[in-house]
Amino acid sequence: MKTRHKRFILIGVVLALLAGAAALVLNTFSDNIVFFQTPSEVATGKVPQGRTFRLGGMVVAGSLVREADGLSSRFAITDTAKIVPVRFTGALPDLFKEGKGAVAQGKLGPDGVFVATEVLAKHDENYMPPEAKDAVDRAHATAKTLK
Amino acid sequence: MKAKALIPLLIFIGLTVFLAIGLTLNPREIPSPLIDKPAPAFNLRQLNASGQALKLADMQGKVWLLNVWASWCVACRDEHPVLVEFSKRGVLPIIGLNYKDRDADALDWLQKFGNPYTTSIVDADGRVGIDYGVYGVPETFLIDGKGRIRYKQIGPITPEVLERELLPRIKELQGA
Amino acid sequence: MIPELGHFALILTLLVATVLGILPLLGAQRNDAALMALARPAARLLFMLVLVSFGCLTWAFVANDFSVTYVASHSHSQLPLVYRITAVWGSHEGSLLLWGLMLTGWTAAVSFSRRLPDVFNARVLAVLGLVAAGFFAFLLLTSNPFERLLPAALEGEDLNPLLQDPGMVAHPPLLYMGYVGFSVAFAFSIAALIGGQFDAAWARLSRPWTLVAWLFLTLGIALGSGWAYYELGWGGWWFWDPVENASFMPWLAGTALIHSLSVTEKRGAFKSWTVLLAIAAFSLSLLGTFLVRSGVLTSVHAFAADPKRGIFILALLIFVVGGSLCLYAWRAAKLSGGGKFANLSRESMLLINNVLLAVVAATVLLGTLYPLLADALHMGKLSVGPPYFEAVFVPLMVPVVLLMVVAPFVRWRGHELPALVKKLLPALGASLLIGGAGAWATGTPSWRTALGLALAAWVLLGSAQLLWGRLTGQGTLMARLGAIPGSWWGMWLAHLGIGVFIIGVSLVKTMEANVDVAVKLGESAELRGYTFTLDKVVEAQGPNYTAMRGVVRVSHDGQTINVLHPEKRIYTARQMPMTEASIDAGIFRDVYVSLGEPVDASTWVLRLYYKPMVRWIWAGCLLMALGGLCAALDARYRKLAKIKAPA
Repeated sequence: MKTRHKRFILIGVVLALLAGAAALVLNTFSDNIVFFQTPSEVATGKVPQGRTFRLGGMVVAGSLVREADGLSSRFAITDTAKIVPVRFTGALPDLFKEGKGAVAQGKLGPDGVFVATEVLAKHDENYMPPEAKDAVDRAHATAKTLK
Repeated sequence: MKAKALIPLLIFIGLTVFLAIGLTLNPREIPSPLIDKPAPAFNLRQLNASGQALKLADMQGKVWLLNVWASWCVACRDEHPVLVEFSKRGVLPIIGLNYKDRDADALDWLQKFGNPYTTSIVDADGRVGIDYGVYGVPETFLIDGKGRIRYKQIGPITPEVLERELLPRIKELQGA
Repeated sequence: MIPELGHFALILTLLVATVLGILPLLGAQRNDAALMALARPAARLLFMLVLVSFGCLTWAFVANDFSVTYVASHSHSQLPLVYRITAVWGSHEGSLLLWGLMLTGWTAAVSFSRRLPDVFNARVLAVLGLVAAGFFAFLLLTSNPFERLLPAALEGEDLNPLLQDPGMVAHPPLLYMGYVGFSVAFAFSIAALIGGQFDAAWARLSRPWTLVAWLFLTLGIALGSGWAYYELGWGGWWFWDPVENASFMPWLAGTALIHSLSVTEKRGAFKSWTVLLAIAAFSLSLLGTFLVRSGVLTSVHAFAADPKRGIFILALLIFVVGGSLCLYAWRAAKLSGGGKFANLSRESMLLINNVLLAVVAATVLLGTLYPLLADALHMGKLSVGPPYFEAVFVPLMVPVVLLMVVAPFVRWRGHELPALVKKLLPALGASLLIGGAGAWATGTPSWRTALGLALAAWVLLGSAQLLWGRLTGQGTLMARLGAIPGSWWGMWLAHLGIGVFIIGVSLVKTMEANVDVAVKLGESAELRGYTFTLDKVVEAQGPNYTAMRGVVRVSHDGQTINVLHPEKRIYTARQMPMTEASIDAGIFRDVYVSLGEPVDASTWVLRLYYKPMVRWIWAGCLLMALGGLCAALDARYRKLAKIKAPA
């Protein structure tokens, strides 16, 4: 009986570890999920300011302006329906090109400009980030239902 | 058999279900919803001095290509020589949809690189592009005599795409 | 002709694998020696066939045979020879063939082990044969690397420039050696489940195989991390990217498996754990392949994706994992038992660490798959970023490291708490002091640095004390050194490696600095006391690229220490731009420069990084791998005495 009682302590320790891990996961999870939004969703105003999200779509041709300091840049992301202006400070990825897909992570400013902290363009020039593709597809679907 | 021993199996089954759903949700090559559907109508000004309009109905009875292009599009430059060569064979009319471009730039571009198009039509605000589900330039649609879209090429036409995908379909449609 | 020969060899491979997967298994059930005797030659033939096939594909690359689709899309006549060879595994089809080569290589290696009882050996090889059969069916039906291109291309499309790098030459083979190596531990467990025999011999025999697989995986992951560090040009060494996670999860499961195996071998306990972890380590390797190949998850490294391949791999996964878990459920009753142990004992320490490692693997799995789950449940598209992984990983690994140091001091079966506390209290106190003082000395004290340094000190002091304990006492020093078994050195080195790794991570995380600056030619920028002068930017011509090459003089305290040449390359065939960073490496710090965009004719953007102690991260991994090697070479695994077949 005594050994059995003792074994419960070990099982208890293991269960406590598991519970602790579960609590940790639940606690950090909701804060660290980054949702993906399309320019059309941003345009409806449903996207809260001050929360980090990913904005995906195509870089509007002719929209890329590099500021005089050489580091900041402005460009616009579109899903072919709506356009969101983006501001970013830092070196853009090698494969960032106008007319190609890109995903920017950051927050929406009060002036409606998306302030990106990170810009992703993936490793293969033929490859469009699926999130960007998804944004464009959804915009097309909406355009069709509106008619 | 102990019930406890089944737990890993159950976890795995749950995981598999999600992986399977994930697979069906993320097909990479989204087939265009427009394939085998009537091509969306348009009525657009042509890219030339006359500025006459061209309607979808004008192409009735012909098998033709609608090639979406723009002077700002880098990939179009790769595709262009292929189209120019192909147009010389006179297999079928190629209509250019000049997408979100400026006339001056577009005409300049055709001047410089050659004009494979029977004619180009101007979609300055990209509205027709949206109707056709264009998400990148270049894209090419093969449209049959009844005005239905039969094939869609996403991205540049390469000699290989031309030989493997487009020409057999064109021959088949023209034969019918 | 040669590609057809390779294709034909692959078809034969599938046939031989099927035979190997079925007949010896039948033979083992019926105790038919003739059928069982098929296993060894079949396993070797299998490997020879894949080797021929692999050789044919390599030949097609070396000879620039652009009539093979795979070669035409991933090579180029201007590509240097070494990259034409490594391009063989540069993309989907070829890297799967490499996977298959490794799998059959491991199978052939097992066939040479003379210490396995015949029945057991037949079952192990048959299980590996079944896995190979499933795998080669997948390869042939969905990803044939020998498919012809008609008409043949005149020129290839070139290898992705990111893969044109020495790190990529060795990274996939090492990683796959590890991934696939877990198939051996898996096959041992399945063979034991089929036979219903779980004795110490089973654990002892599968331990060295597992250790070798683990050490390759460790090296492969470390090399991949090093590659990301200098090739992606972002100065990061781990991104919690799905593909990285895909290799890290089997590593975690494999680490737990090594420890679990030691308990099963020495004390006969934890059989269930060992079997499940062996299944888990290999399943996670397969899952990793699924995630990368099917493209259900997007990632920086994902090759072109194809849903058809995804379905096939999922089916393979269900067949392998589902089948083995069913077998486990059926046989679980036979897995109980083993030596008794107290709450404070080596066994309990290892049990808790196993639970923690399994939980860590599960949290990584959750974070990796969550975007997929959310998409499946229509909760929207989302991503789970590095903050999640870091927030969960660190608190879970802290107790692992704490216990890791304690466990070797604790005796099997049971230990008295007061004695243990008395023994370790000085080291614990010293570690806390070192952590606090060290963090303060960095100039930017934070609790994370303090925690990291205290943990590292705890590992190093604990290791020193452990070694001291081994070396003092009766007998000469040499005699005592000689008495230490290889597996002990393995444990000691690997644990030491963790300590070195923690020092690297905690200091690079808290003290690194980077800045993006626009610099005029002839002018300079400062970072952490280093002056970077952009002397000029010249045009350079590589074998298959053109580049703008910056000449950046790095000086410290007025002394020029190095001249770095970061490049911005354009690979001609694909017109793909690439940033090639240039690094001045050192034991205590790296300085890292990459060239950004030109602002105007005489001004360029430079990205400057200062990375203290970053090399320690990989040095720690090397120590761990070295530990794996020592343990695998332990004399008791090399004893040639054939272990008696269980009746």
